[in-house]
Amino acid sequence: MTPDITTKPSETVSYRGADDGGQPLWRKLVRWETALVFVLIAVLIFGSAKESGFLDGTNFFYISLNMGEIAIMALPLTLIVMTGEIDLSVASMLGLSGTVMGSLFHDGWSVWAAMAAALLVGAAGGALNGLLVAKMGLPSIAVTIGTLTLFRGLAEIVLAPRTITGFPISLTKIGVVPVQGTKIAWSALIFLVLAIIFGVVLHATALGRSIVAIGLQPEAARFSGVRVDRIKFGLYVVSGVFCALAGILFTLKNSSVSYDAGTGLELNVVAIVLLGGVSIFGGRGTVIGVVLAVVIVGCLQQALTQMGVQPEVQNIVTGSLLLVSVLVPNSGELVRRIRARRRRGPVPAA
Amino acid sequence: MNHPVGKEPLLVLEKAAKRFGAVRALEDGSVTLHPGEAHALLGENGAGKSTLVKILAGVHQPDSGRLVIGGTPVVLSGPAASRAAGVSIIYQEPTLFPDLTVAENIFMGRQPRRAGRRIDRTAMNKAAVAVFERLGVQLDPQRQARGLSVADQQIVEIAKALSLDAKVLVMDEPTAALTSVEVERLFDVMRTLREQGAAVLFISHRIEEVLASCQRVTIMRDGRFVSTAPIEEVTADSIIRSMVGRELGALFPKTETDPGETVLEVDHLTREGVFEDISFSVRRGEIVALAGLVGAGRSEVARAIFGIDRRTSGTVRVNGRSLRNGAPAAAMAAGVALVPEDRRQQGLVMDMGIDRNVALASLGRLGRFGLIRRGSERDLASTWADRLQLKFGRMKNEVSTLSGGNQQKVVLGKWLARGPSLLIIDEPTRGIDVGTKAEVHRILDGLVSDGMAVLMISSELPEVLGMADRVLVLHEGRITAELSRAEADEDSIMRAATGYAAVAS
Repeated sequence: MTPDITTKPSETVSYRGADDGGQPLWRKLVRWETALVFVLIAVLIFGSAKESGFLDGTNFFYISLNMGEIAIMALPLTLIVMTGEIDLSVASMLGLSGTVMGSLFHDGWSVWAAMAAALLVGAAGGALNGLLVAKMGLPSIAVTIGTLTLFRGLAEIVLAPRTITGFPISLTKIGVVPVQGTKIAWSALIFLVLAIIFGVVLHATALGRSIVAIGLQPEAARFSGVRVDRIKFGLYVVSGVFCALAGILFTLKNSSVSYDAGTGLELNVVAIVLLGGVSIFGGRGTVIGVVLAVVIVGCLQQALTQMGVQPEVQNIVTGSLLLVSVLVPNSGELVRRIRARRRRGPVPAA
Repeated sequence: MNHPVGKEPLLVLEKAAKRFGAVRALEDGSVTLHPGEAHALLGENGAGKSTLVKILAGVHQPDSGRLVIGGTPVVLSGPAASRAAGVSIIYQEPTLFPDLTVAENIFMGRQPRRAGRRIDRTAMNKAAVAVFERLGVQLDPQRQARGLSVADQQIVEIAKALSLDAKVLVMDEPTAALTSVEVERLFDVMRTLREQGAAVLFISHRIEEVLASCQRVTIMRDGRFVSTAPIEEVTADSIIRSMVGRELGALFPKTETDPGETVLEVDHLTREGVFEDISFSVRRGEIVALAGLVGAGRSEVARAIFGIDRRTSGTVRVNGRSLRNGAPAAAMAAGVALVPEDRRQQGLVMDMGIDRNVALASLGRLGRFGLIRRGSERDLASTWADRLQLKFGRMKNEVSTLSGGNQQKVVLGKWLARGPSLLIIDEPTRGIDVGTKAEVHRILDGLVSDGMAVLMISSELPEVLGMADRVLVLHEGRITAELSRAEADEDSIMRAATGYAAVAS
């Protein structure tokens, strides 16, 4: 039933609105992703200037080997942050799933069965996060700080103080050999394939549209029939599964696992997502931005390492990146708020 | 009335006017309060009562008019100035500090001190007890405010007002959330206040309460003062007549239709504490209006039908199919559309483009395997932009850049694009300019002529009378009247909305 409401031809009158939602001027002129491309070029120039072999294929393999698992975890997190939530338990999930896989393998399970079990653990852990955040409505930052500690604690009970080794060499060689005929690591290849899938989901499907709507205005999304709770729950499960996948790859790459595998990596993952231009308030961001951020962080870390910069100093760089990527996109809003506060201050109402 | 009304008025507000942009909220706000009287202020939704209260509270400054308190003309530059002038406002839902004690709440910011700037708790608690004694109520000053009933919270606010030596107490619908016993106690407190020479301005939708507890009544309509009269000279009927007695403004385009088969059947719908035992039906080709005062539970009924809120009991059937509880997606699949009350929060994603907002309720239909074809999305949006004569720059412009009327058209387009069989529309023309208002009414009329069933919620009586085939009136969560187009007039609706349905006209 499509009732004909008007008979008059439409007249399109240009309507100029007030402003475009408090974005700074430069943001309208330059897309965040474009800026990232320039940053990447700058990092590459910086790296090459310090080290002649920086753009070399072997170096590229090491970068992709370093970044693969972090990058895989960043993809589901991108979707979660797009809905306005967060998952800080990703690295602990990586550790727990690797631990479960190692311990079952050690107990005589086939390595494939152990991997499947690790993925199941990931799904269960994600479901726990999803239950607490989506169904019970608890703040995700608190919930996932809790499960960050919980998952790591479980890993310690399962494995500590052992370190499991002896995985089949046919599998562990992914830590030494690139994908045949290329210069990239297996984990990085998996990431690239996943990135395409996540990109399509976020930018061209009903689910992706719903995720954006949830992030921008959850109530309006609910009033449009978007199943907000179910989508959030699902995203946490997906996050759990892909963190488990990262845990498996991480274990095979190192051909060993201990309970503290990947400790602290969650901050790198969050930093990448935010540097990629995903708004911490939800609703804004692109997968291509996150992919660029992965490459930038990977190259930067490699350059710093080759220059012999201490890991502690690299942490400072990661932290600063995190701050800058939250600060810059929101600078317009911040300036507006500060101005408003000033105005409110000394002048009495009316 | 054993206490004589004093000669010298405590507070006089004369011809106060206030506009917000193009909206005239108040054109002639006038009220005179004498010491020792409880004075009722009555009027429909939007009659200007709240604006008048906010002027007395110092929240709004009138554009023109005169305010005299205690014989001297004053200008209230803010809430603090209002308090200093001896005016206290008791709101419907007081905001106390939940973690502080009752006494601390009363003396916030002016606690009695001991040596060393320490708070003298003993003196403070004693002072609180003294105030409660003056009011004739018992309340432990040392208990935490958390967990106090709304009635007790109001008492704390009144005590605070007394301790500030307030001469004028303005109570903005204080009884809306109270039980009858609590209302009685509040009336006792009001009597005590009057006997001590204070004036109470009492705002309520419940006419019987006004008749029972006030000495004079002032009626407002459309932002203007209508009359002030002693309570002996008015009746419930005459009050209601004065509240609504106005001309029907614009003409409404209403085509006579022949209602077809039933689309929506609501049976004993209940949401505990919100509304109870709601049963009605809506047929093809008719507009059924849900009328009532703000807070009567109209929007809540709509939300429960659509599945935003869960229902406690009862059933909702659409085209014969029973709807799952609390599932908007299921309601949508059954052919229900809801244009919500709050456009900016519920109706639209303000930071998304026009095209994406229109598409948001139809995502599953815009391509295969969940993929969205941008082309179909843009086509859908421009089809509806054309049909509804949307005025816009570009399709991808964020809807926050549109005027209120055009935003409402986007919401309408978003839902009509689904081809629903039932359209629930909550306050179809709120915050919309007059021209677009008429357009929205024409659109609704066109939809119904083409066989859609429409459930309309509106606080504007002319809109209800002009558009509806049948009117259901809600009062405090219950249907108090079902009126045909012929039976419905401003009198009958207001009577049912204020709980006076039983009174013969």
